[in-house]
Parts: sequence; structure tokens; C-alpha cells
Amino acid sequence: MRKSLFFILVLSTSVIFILRLFYLQVYATEPYSIYEDNAIRKVYTYPKRGYIYDRNGKLLVSNQPSYDVMIIPGEVKALDTTEFCGLLKISKEYFLNKVERTSNYSRRIPSVFLAHLSKKDYGFLAEKIRKYEGFYIQKRNLREYNTNIGANVLGYVAEANRSNIEKDPYYSTGDIIGKQGVELSYEKYLRGEKGIKFIQKDRFNRDIGSFNNGESDINSIAGNDLTITIDSDLQAYGELLMKNKKGAIVAIEPSTGELLSLVSAPSYNPNLLVGRERSKNYYELYKDSIYKPLIDKGLLSTFPAGSPFKIIVGLIALQENAVSDKTTIYCDGAYIYGRNKKSMKCHCGGGYRNIYNGISQSCNSYFAEVYRKTINMDNDVSRNFDKWSVNVKSFGLGNFLNNDLPVGKKGIIPDSEFYNKWYPDFRWGPTTNLSNAIGQGEILVTPIQLANMMASVANKGYYYTPHIIKNIEGDSIDRRFRGKNIIKIDKQHFEKIEIGLKEVYASGTGKLLNVPGIEICGKSGTAENFTRLNGKKTQLTDHSIFVAYAPKEEPKIAIAVLVENGYYGSTWAGRITSLMIEKYLKGGITLKKIEKLVINKSLENEYLKPFSGKPFSINKL
Amino acid sequence: MIGQRKNKLKLDWIVISLYFILVGFGVGNILSSSISGEEIYLFDLTKLYGKQFIYVFISLFIGFIAMSIDVKFYERFSSLFYLISILLLICLFFFGKRVNGALSWFPIGSFNLQPSEFVKITVALAVSKYISDYQTDLRRITDQAKLFLIILIPILIIILQNDTGSSIVFFSLFLVLYREGISQNYIKSIFAIIILSIITLKFSFLTSSIFAIISTIIYYFFKGKTKNKIIKIIGVSVLCLATCYTTNYSYNNILKNHQKNYIKVWLNLEKDPLKIKKMEKTILYNINESKKAISSGGLTGKGYLKGTRTMGNFVPAQHSDYIFSTVGEEWGFLGSVFIILLYTLLILRILYLSEHQKNKFSRVYGYSTASILFIHFLINIGMVLGLTPTIGIPLPFLSYGGSSLIAFTILLFVFLRLDANKINEW
Repeated sequence: MRKSLFFILVLSTSVIFILRLFYLQVYATEPYSIYEDNAIRKVYTYPKRGYIYDRNGKLLVSNQPSYDVMIIPGEVKALDTTEFCGLLKISKEYFLNKVERTSNYSRRIPSVFLAHLSKKDYGFLAEKIRKYEGFYIQKRNLREYNTNIGANVLGYVAEANRSNIEKDPYYSTGDIIGKQGVELSYEKYLRGEKGIKFIQKDRFNRDIGSFNNGESDINSIAGNDLTITIDSDLQAYGELLMKNKKGAIVAIEPSTGELLSLVSAPSYNPNLLVGRERSKNYYELYKDSIYKPLIDKGLLSTFPAGSPFKIIVGLIALQENAVSDKTTIYCDGAYIYGRNKKSMKCHCGGGYRNIYNGISQSCNSYFAEVYRKTINMDNDVSRNFDKWSVNVKSFGLGNFLNNDLPVGKKGIIPDSEFYNKWYPDFRWGPTTNLSNAIGQGEILVTPIQLANMMASVANKGYYYTPHIIKNIEGDSIDRRFRGKNIIKIDKQHFEKIEIGLKEVYASGTGKLLNVPGIEICGKSGTAENFTRLNGKKTQLTDHSIFVAYAPKEEPKIAIAVLVENGYYGSTWAGRITSLMIEKYLKGGITLKKIEKLVINKSLENEYLKPFSGKPFSINKL
Repeated sequence: MIGQRKNKLKLDWIVISLYFILVGFGVGNILSSSISGEEIYLFDLTKLYGKQFIYVFISLFIGFIAMSIDVKFYERFSSLFYLISILLLICLFFFGKRVNGALSWFPIGSFNLQPSEFVKITVALAVSKYISDYQTDLRRITDQAKLFLIILIPILIIILQNDTGSSIVFFSLFLVLYREGISQNYIKSIFAIIILSIITLKFSFLTSSIFAIISTIIYYFFKGKTKNKIIKIIGVSVLCLATCYTTNYSYNNILKNHQKNYIKVWLNLEKDPLKIKKMEKTILYNINESKKAISSGGLTGKGYLKGTRTMGNFVPAQHSDYIFSTVGEEWGFLGSVFIILLYTLLILRILYLSEHQKNKFSRVYGYSTASILFIHFLINIGMVLGLTPTIGIPLPFLSYGGSSLIAFTILLFVFLRLDANKINEW
């Protein structure tokens, strides 16, 4: 016993140690993963974000380096504050305040001390900052806009917020993510794939060098460059024309569905949302409740379609054989209908109206009659109305266009169920909603829907889904932009309507808007609109609307223009339409007088009326 | 010449090989634990591994001298060595340098010398000398007392110098005394004291008292015939109660806060989550980081120089007392078991050799060597694995430190010299 006790002690100690090691290292351990190892700092390396070019190859968005002065408060040594503040062009208060705040956050982890140095300041500071311990300069990539137009189309980038991070595990705090426009909808292409650098930490959380000589690092993959369908010259011209007005211009190439321009007015310089002043500028734009510059009006404004809707009402009536091009009615300045002899006014001037001069003179009575006939056929109102509704929707109205823009609105195209809710047991008929015939009433559309409708008319029976992407470097654009959306209306009916649309420029509302050498087909519109003032529904000056396509043979551009509270369609929207068409098709402007008139026109008074608090009058030229 | 042939040495190459493997492994791991990605120059004296490399050469040189000295020299001068070493310990009070609260170092230039490491050798020699003296009878109370005094004097001095950890090492010599025939009651008492103390601290004075009395009664019930059973039961019970009371009293009134905390951590006594959080940043930190590092090694380890926690210096003192965490992380379960087997083999081999000594002095010294190595092994690896309380003593041959490496080398090589001489004795 005396001899063996020691042996037993030594052996049992070893056995216990080995069992304990087995427990720690084999049983209770997870397979080693470098991502779980908190001794390794994972630092993301960000690739170049993809550039954005316009349809003519002009560079719109690129990247610029930005330099931040960083501070590690724990490492800051005594320094000459006056000299240092002079160097950075900051006040002593800023210095003291920033040092205190960053120290409170962490004394060891670097914080941003001064963000976004200019390139000039950086060159000057790069050498001098070394003498101040605890400070260094860190490079970041920012967006650089080589243009000051198209803010709503291009969108902007910002740091990913919490909900971005929760939705997509790719993102982590501090990552940049597209927030609007193309930056948002093509984020996955533009961003590329970030890489990871593994850095060995010590127990004070300090970096002490790259892990495994960088062999485990994952390289980043550069983002794809994009070419968008926007013609930046046309876009710039549109923004110029829309100066001091609210509204939108949407221009589409009918043969492809490519968006030539997407103007939202008022716009802002995209460079405002880059750099040190970003949040201040953003807030300024955000809080502007009159002009709402951050809202893309081409995609989000909904309003009654007005007279342009007569194109569709006419087309469907012809297709359904409710009327023919021989059908004629007499307009005496008002359309009387219903048991209570309600009347719908007409400003066409009166006379015999058919599909051709009905369109060109925008006769309300004619289309009211046509609409009634379509819905009343065979006395099957509900079925006819649903069929009519489906036909209207086949133009891309009343639903999302399924395009590649991050925002949009459905608008409203009612069907029988819609009215059944209001008037149960089929106590409704075409006279109940007769204003649908002239694009008022329940009908709501967006500018891009109207432009797409005109593209369909230009194509005489189909449209390509409007889209903003023309080319993705190293990839192809989505297949859904290459297929035709067919409208079940015969080509011959479109040709009849086209005669009317062309006549608009000969004898109708567009007769003062002709562009020499270009045959334009178009239609004006005036949409009544209302707002709520102190809880009371109040009518405002009508929206000025114009839709068109040109040239008549092989159309190159289909366009919709909305000038909010611009009154008659031909007054402002019509003028802008002609200028845009001339600019796009000819490259230069001959309608100098009209151009000058439009550019100098400000509708500011009109927009301020509802906010003035005083009684005001509307629809005055 | 006859005399020379008579002194021919037969070295035990197993022990020597184990020594070289452990020392080599030690330098390798110190290198790993003290660099973080920079270039390696073996003799860079500004780096820990460079210094350790120098210590290895000094150790080998001194070890070689220790081996070339005649056996009689150690036996004859052991008392003198003992006295000198005790004097050196006392000198610490006047010339010593305090590091981490312990007054254990003589500053010599840029190096520090820790005499307590060398006292282990001289105490082992003195104990061996005293026990092997033909006049000593371990059954005699006075001889026992003298022997205890030899061991207790350095313990007391070292405790006074606030280096409790180092002093505990000397208690391992009781294993030697037990082997050499001291009454079994001593060993039984020591075990009883350890168990009762733990129960008192972990549960309460009352629990341990009840446990002590019941165990005593059961013990004597099964022991069979003994004289004065009742009196013995009462006597032992009273002693046990005294132990429990003393433990309780010392814990509450004598121990300092940080010492209490070590016990609290070891026995899982702290229940207040706020205080546990605080401890996690202080004393629990070391042990948690050490366990994490070892655990992250897995079966095969992350590879030499590839331990991320080692490189990040996450475990404080990872080159000295916590060197085994580096082993665990970089060499994994397989490497750790290998090291444990090396130590087991070394200690068992020394025990085996000791049992085969013809000379009593050599046998006792061998036993002392084994027990000193064993207690370091037990406490150090036990601590790193989170099994024993946090007591800062080095892992022989592996931990960084000149004093300990040189002292362990001398301790071992003197035994090798004694062992090599056994063929010359009759």
C-alpha cells in the first residue's frame, strides 16, 4: 500500500485530466469555424459599386473616394489643440465635444472624428495627421454624380438600416445599400459581392495583423455597370421645362418599352444626397410638404385620366361593335341622361360627332353615348362592364406595370364588383358611372400608365413592359421586358383612332402645338381634382394633361405629361409635349417662343393657394 | 584505473529523453504564445522565446555540472545547502522585489531570480538526508517533529512573502514521508481535513459537522475491534468539528477578499449574477479564456503557430502558468493527451527508479523529485482545465521562466546522478 499509493495517484490524475480534455475538446466543442471565432475580426472589403450610364453611353453615376478622419480616443496623446483645429478647420468646441463623445462610446474602437474631407484637404492632411497619435485617415467610397439631373431615376445610396439588415443577411451595419430608383431596383447588380478580411485580434480587441497571412481572406467581386434607358439630354430638357411646376413627364420608346425620360418635378440635384451635408439636405427635401420632391410623381401621382381615356373608351366600343365609325350623334353642348334628366356638359362646340371628330374635338356627349352603348349591349350590364374593365386593364391601367422601378401605384379601374359594393343588387348601370366615359369619376391613373397607354396605341395593339434597364454588364436584362403584352383590339380600330388623334393637331386642341416636319398624334386632357382643406373637400385648378406619340409612321416616342393644376391640357402639358418630341426627334428646338414661355412659367401661386388660408378661385388663365 | 571504472555512470535515457522532449516542446509553445505574426529570430533576447532559449542552455550547463559532481557531495552538504537556501529566502525581505504582490524575486540585472524554486531542491535534499540518517526513526515523535520543521520553515517564510501558491508545493513531501513509514494517521488526517474543508465551504459548517460525526461512527463501526472505541469516536469527532470550525472561521475572518473569490469560483459558491458578471471580467476571465482556448482546439488542434486565441494573447500568462492552454488550442486533444502521458511517464519512471535504489538517500530524494513534479503537474494542468483552484505555479519544463527551468533541471539531474551511481553501490 505504501509503495503503490503514489502510483495510483499519478495514474488517476492522468485519467481525470484526459477525461476532462475529452469533454472540453471532443465532446463539448463545435467544429471550428473562423466565423464563430471571436479572436478573429471579420472586416468586410467593399468592391467598386457599379457605374450607371445613360442610353447614349454617357456616365451618370460613378464613385469617388471620401476621406474620414478617425479617432481612437485611448491612443490620443497631448496635442496642440489650436494647431490641430486649424489644420482640420474645426472649432475648439467641435474638437472637445467630439473627443468626449467618442471616448464615451469606446476608448479602443475607432470612431469617425470628421467625415468627408474634400480631396484638397485630404492631400494636405495626409502627411500631417501622422504626427497626431490616435488619429488617422480612412478611405471610403461614395457615389459621385456626374450630372445634376435624374435624381428620382437614379435614386441614392445610404447606410443599411435595421430592417434592411433583418431582411437580408448579406447586409451588416455600415454597409451601403440603394434606397431609391435604379440604386434600389438594381442593388444586387450594382453592389457586387463584398469580401472578407480576417484580422487577428488580441484580448484588448486590438488588431494585431492579418490572419494566416491573408490566405483565408475572401476577395470581393466588383459590381456590374448598368446602362439605363434614359436619354440624359431629354431628361435634362424635361426637368428644365418643368421648372417651377409640379408634375411629371414620362416618355417611352414604343418599339421597346424603354423609358426615355422619367421626369418628376420639382426635382433636386442628386449630389445633395452625398457627403457631409447629406442628412441635412435629405431632411430639407423630406419636409417640403408642398412640392414633395422625394416623391417620384411619374410613378406615384394618381389622378383622373381625363379626356385621354376617351381613346380607350372609343377603341373598346369599336372592338365590341357597340358603335362603328359610321355611328354619329348630335351634340348640343350637353348630354342629358337618366331618369332625373341629369346633364353632362360638353365643350366641343356642338354638332354631329363621330369617332374621328369625337376624338379631335374631345366631345363628351359622343363618348358618353358610346360608353352607354358598350355597357348596355344585350342588357347584360354586369358582364359587359367586367369585360370592359378587363379590356381597359389590358392597356396596363389599374394595375402595377411590373416594371423595374422600385415604386409604383395601381391606380383604379373599377369592375362590377366595385359598384356592387356601393349599389348592391345591381342597382347600378352605365348612367350611374357615366363619368368613366370621359376619364373622370372613379378612374385613377399614373403618368407612366398613360405613357404606356400611348405606346400601346402607337404600336396599334401591344406594348412592351416599360423598363429602365438597357444593359447589364455581364448579364442580360429580364426576359419580361422582351415579350409583347397583346391587347385584344384589332389594328384597324387603332387606325381609326389614330386619324382622330392626328386631327387633334390639325383642328383640335393641339392645333397651336404643331412641330414643323413631325406628324404628331396626341390628345389633351383636363382632370378635375380635389383636396381636403380643414376637412372639407375643395376643388383645385384642373390638372393639365397631354398624351402623344410621334412620328405617326413608326413612332419613336410615346409621351404623357402631367402639369398639376396647370388648367387646360393644351396650355402647359401640350406645349411641353411638343417641345419634348421635337427635342428627342430633332435634337434641337425650333419652337423657341413656346420654349421660352414654358421655361418662364411658374405655377407657384397655384400651389400656394390651398396653404394660404384665404379663399381662392380656381381655373383662371 | 580501478577508481575510474568504479565510477562509471549508467544514465537513465528514458528520463533524459522525456526531459528533452518536454523542454523542446516548451520552447516551441512559448515561441507560439509570445509572437503574433512577426519574423522569428531564435536568439532575439527582447522576445520571451529568445530568453527561454538562453535559459535552456544555462539549464543544460548547470545540469551537466550537477551530474558531474560526486554523489557524496550532495549527501554531505545537504544541510548546508538547506541553510543557505533558507537564508536566501530570508534575504528576500531585505533585497527582494515584489511582482504581482509576491515578494519572491531577486532582481539581477534585467533578470529576476526566484529562490523559492531552488528551495525545492534543498528541502528535498535535506529531507532525504534526515530520513536516510541511520539515527532517525520516523516512529519517534521528536524525529517526526524535526522533519516537519524542515518542511514547514520554508513554507512559513514563503507564505509571509505572500506567495501562497509556491508554498503549497512543499506539502507534496508528505507523500514521501508516507512512503518512508510515517504513521498512516497523518495521511488520513490530511485527506480528512481537505474533504471537510471543501464540504464546509461548499455547504455549511452544520452539514460538514454532521457529515464528520456520521463518517467517524461508520468508520469505527466497520473497523472491527479497537480499544476504547467510544473515546476514540468522541476524540476524532471533536477534532473534525474543530477542523470544520477553523475552516469556517478562516474563510470568514482571515482570508482576504481575492482569496475568497478564488474559492468561490472554484466551488461555484457565488449565486448573485451581478457578482458573477464582475468576476467574469476579473478572476473568472483567465479560467474561462483558458477553457475556451483549449476547447477551440478540438480533436487535432488548429496547428502550430495557428492558434487564434494564442496569437491574440487572449489568455493572460499564456506563456507561463497557462502554457497548457496554448498546447490545447494548437495541438488539440491528441497533443494535450500526449503531453499528459509524457508527464505521467516521467513521474512513474522516477518512482520506479526510486524504488530500485539501493541507497536510502537516493530513494527518498527520487520520491521527493517525483512528488514535487507531480504536485506542479496536478495543480497547474488542473487549474488550466478548470478543475483545481487558481494557484499560480509553473508547469515543469514547459512554462516560461529561467528560475523554474533551471531549478527543475537541477532537481531532475541530481536524481539522475544519484540513480546513475546505483551500480557502484553494494
